[in-house]
Amino acid sequence: MEIPKIVGAGLVVIGAGIGIGRIGGSAMDAIARQPEATGKIQTAMLIAAALIEGIGFAALFAV
Amino acid sequence: MVFSKKQLHFIIATLVVILPLFSFANPSVDSINDSKNSIPSNKTEHLESKEGKDIKSEIKEFIDHHLKDSYDFNIFGYKNEKGEQEHVGFSLPVMLWDNGLKVFSSSKFHHGEQTAEVDGNFYRVHHAKIYKVDKKNADVTLNAEHEPTNIKPLDFSITKNVFMIFVVALIMFFLFKGLAKSYTKNGGIASGVGRFFEPIVLYVRDEIAIPNIGEKHYKKYMSYLLTIFFFVWFLNIFGLTPFGINVTGNIAVTACLALITYLITTFTAKKDYWGHIFWMPGVPVPMKFILAPIELLGTFIKPFSLMIRLYANIVAGHIVLMSLIGLMFIFKNWIGSSLSFFLSFAISMIEILVALLQAYIFTMLSALYFGSAVEEHHHDEAHH
Repeated sequence: MEIPKIVGAGLVVIGAGIGIGRIGGSAMDAIARQPEATGKIQTAMLIAAALIEGIGFAALFAV
Repeated sequence: MVFSKKQLHFIIATLVVILPLFSFANPSVDSINDSKNSIPSNKTEHLESKEGKDIKSEIKEFIDHHLKDSYDFNIFGYKNEKGEQEHVGFSLPVMLWDNGLKVFSSSKFHHGEQTAEVDGNFYRVHHAKIYKVDKKNADVTLNAEHEPTNIKPLDFSITKNVFMIFVVALIMFFLFKGLAKSYTKNGGIASGVGRFFEPIVLYVRDEIAIPNIGEKHYKKYMSYLLTIFFFVWFLNIFGLTPFGINVTGNIAVTACLALITYLITTFTAKKDYWGHIFWMPGVPVPMKFILAPIELLGTFIKPFSLMIRLYANIVAGHIVLMSLIGLMFIFKNWIGSSLSFFLSFAISMIEILVALLQAYIFTMLSALYFGSAVEEHHHDEAHH
């Protein structure tokens, strides 16, 4: 694999990681504020994480 | 003998620590065989069993065999005393259309090593595809870019993936038919194996279908959503078994599922749906002209992303898992092999979660697209 491809793949993974990390952090904050809404927040967090992962994988395959 | 809680913890901790000593990949035996037979070989798929393979190309071949489709159902293979490769499994029928229907068993291919002769035509498997070759015992002719130049007959054989789709369909059919029947027999309460799936069905209805599609129209789509959910979930779980069954990791399968979602959204959409696409309400008129092609493209891209998401998640997970298991054989000491064993164990736990999560995401996004297709027309202030 050439160097630009490897660098591109690394950038894609960084982007996906930052996105999912931010979502996880906001979910933690929200759960800390209102523990009784944990179920809904977890569901929404998993959905958003799967969507971001979808983009990440798609870009990774193109690279 | 009764242990107190603290003693029990101590015993369990000791067993877990001693466990790496028992995690053997038989490193010493493998290294002896490899050093006697290993000739560095090129990355080719038709390695005969008499030649030695070095471990990296063997791992690559193993991963390829797991990811690709094949014309026979190979459960596992081993070397018998004569050093030949024995396979345990059964052959599936091959059905081709080549100026006439030709049906034959894939055992004629002898696991991809020989040319099959049927009614005077010769066929050969190359990289899991069937090509027509000219003479007996000939191989496909490759052009300069190593692509075959032979023609491919129209191929609709029962391959491993098709066979597994049938198996999963039968499992789902009998499971849910038994569940539905048990309600009548037991007066409204489920009994039997299907009991485990009743809360999941209710979850799909109450948390996925009704919030996204709405109370009025969700019943029409429930059968499709339930089918998709359990189909994708069961196929993902089957993909984690060591038999090399990789149906959802096949882009044709996920393309068909996404295509069905697209067709259902297109053909059960109300007038408001198309109105919102081509003439988005609530934005100024020049923006409406700009938004129309983007929205139209969006109707194609949303199912396309469904296809890519499922395919990429499953294939990437399998490649990572297989590579880590292969890593266990490359390290030939206790620490390296045991660490990669635990890592692959953890990753396979994550893969089981991903199997369920991807099924849930596919179903939920399909429900979301259906919901936007049958959305009622609501007045807001921008309308006149």
